[in-house]
Amino acid sequence: MDLSVSIGTLRLANPLIAASGCFGYGVEYANAVDLASLGGIAVKGLFLSEREGHPPPRIVETPSGMLNAIGLQGIGVHRFIAEKLPELRRHRAVVVVNICGTTIDEYVELARVLSEAEGVAALELNISCPNIKEGGITFGCSLTGTHAVVSAVRKVTRLPVIPKLTPNVTDVASFARAAEDAGADAVSLVNTFLAMAIDVETRRPRLSNIVGGLSGPAIRPIAVRMVYECRQAVRLPIIGMGGITTASDVLEFLIAGATAVQIGTANFVDPMLWPKLLDGLTSYMNRHGIVRLSELTGTLDTTREEHAWISS
Amino acid sequence: MLFDIDAAVLENRRLSEHYSVLVLEAPAIAAATQPGQFVMLKPTRSTDPLLRRPFSVFEVIRNDDGTPSALSILNKRTGAGTALLYDVEPGATLGCLGPLGRPFEPVTPPAEAWMVAGGVGLAPFVTLASRLQQLGTPTTLFYGARTAAELYYAEIFERLGVHVVLATEDGSRGVAGRVTAPLADALSSVASESEVKLYVCGPTPMMRAVARLAAENQRACDVSLEQVMGCGMGGCYSCVVLTREAGHAPHFVRSCIDGPVFDSTRIVWEALTH
Repeated sequence: MDLSVSIGTLRLANPLIAASGCFGYGVEYANAVDLASLGGIAVKGLFLSEREGHPPPRIVETPSGMLNAIGLQGIGVHRFIAEKLPELRRHRAVVVVNICGTTIDEYVELARVLSEAEGVAALELNISCPNIKEGGITFGCSLTGTHAVVSAVRKVTRLPVIPKLTPNVTDVASFARAAEDAGADAVSLVNTFLAMAIDVETRRPRLSNIVGGLSGPAIRPIAVRMVYECRQAVRLPIIGMGGITTASDVLEFLIAGATAVQIGTANFVDPMLWPKLLDGLTSYMNRHGIVRLSELTGTLDTTREEHAWISS
Repeated sequence: MLFDIDAAVLENRRLSEHYSVLVLEAPAIAAATQPGQFVMLKPTRSTDPLLRRPFSVFEVIRNDDGTPSALSILNKRTGAGTALLYDVEPGATLGCLGPLGRPFEPVTPPAEAWMVAGGVGLAPFVTLASRLQQLGTPTTLFYGARTAAELYYAEIFERLGVHVVLATEDGSRGVAGRVTAPLADALSSVASESEVKLYVCGPTPMMRAVARLAAENQRACDVSLEQVMGCGMGGCYSCVVLTREAGHAPHFVRSCIDGPVFDSTRIVWEALTH
């Protein structure tokens, strides 16, 4: 049985990737899971320099979901390369580095630096974080901005370039198309949904940043729909995500059109879920006589069933 | 070693309308737990509420031959997750992930250990007291609550040979007032050449006050902080506390993996709001 998938030139042993912002720098989870057993690890979003992020409270639970406004706290790309990447290499992890900038030049510089580092498999462009005002999202909410940042990065790296799209736009598919036109190797979607929660007793927001990003099972049906819409619009591989918790959720995204998936919030709840998801995928393949999991991508059957009781 | 166990609930002892002690069959975690470490408990099999909750390991429970068989946690009902855990009945199973976090560093004789607990902040001190007893370290527990009925389990510490000093805000048991008063008296009367290390866990204002007393009296002080936690593994960056290191600007660190136990001098107490 073959669970491998291809994202451009990148071959992954299986379609399960740890989502950026939900798996630290990967090394935090080495005692919970064999990092090499994951299809890939998208590490926490990196700027050129260190960032402190927002003050607490940074998360709040909502029905079957959570809001976060971490604010991209991070060690910066140089410390990442010096301190984390060697350890990730030792674990034989497939490392997708998520990069964030406030200007196109910063994305370009990050791409250059990471292209020279040993052990980076792909670049995911964070143009969709809802929690910081000054960067990323301003590119991700404009078609010309998305095109500009993707094509600028494309010019300076041979690594697969994967912009991560925001769902906080009217038509996600048009952004997938802009990314494809600009030379992206794949798109990943969706980032979190801009949302908020209020403590009615104090009339204060529950997050220090007032608003945050909603993730978890609550958003899954919307994310599946967006993956399905992008599948219609582009030929690029799609990395789907949004509330995936079970193997059945993974399959839903693949059938909707994703080539691979990312798992984020579920990893907070169950950091040892990865082998269980792989078991669930192989048992599905056995039941359905599927030899290569990649065959499943985009196989949604939308033909209408004929019902005798309708025509009679 | 880290374990994720579907732990059977062996007992759920309701101490009051708010507090319960939940006993979980998780021998591997119990055996691996260091004093002050915590577990992440999943309050339900459903996705609502979604996240696990962090709890200090309260007691490591052993078979007759001394092998760890179970652990308990001290639960205070404050929200949806802790309410579910308050109501859970024996026979149910709960996802239990651990042990997690940086443990206390117990001092050895001739140094003395003084533990300072407020309310549910008693939770990490049974494991610490047991270790200190093994080391032969003279140990005192300063334990405060609002009223006598909320002073639970002082007798566990007496059995471990700990000198127990109780305080209640309403004066119904022990010293009347806050537990910091007898602590301050003891700190001012102990000889300056004798080594005393403080260990504190409780409400933030209490920990802040004890950290100040420790600094004024030049005593080492470990605090066990309770922050809102998403994952317990260092993955989500939600449980951060502001710390300072000499020569650096204040910096957020994750209390799940850099803590929950911190040297109290590292904490920027003004920034700790809850």
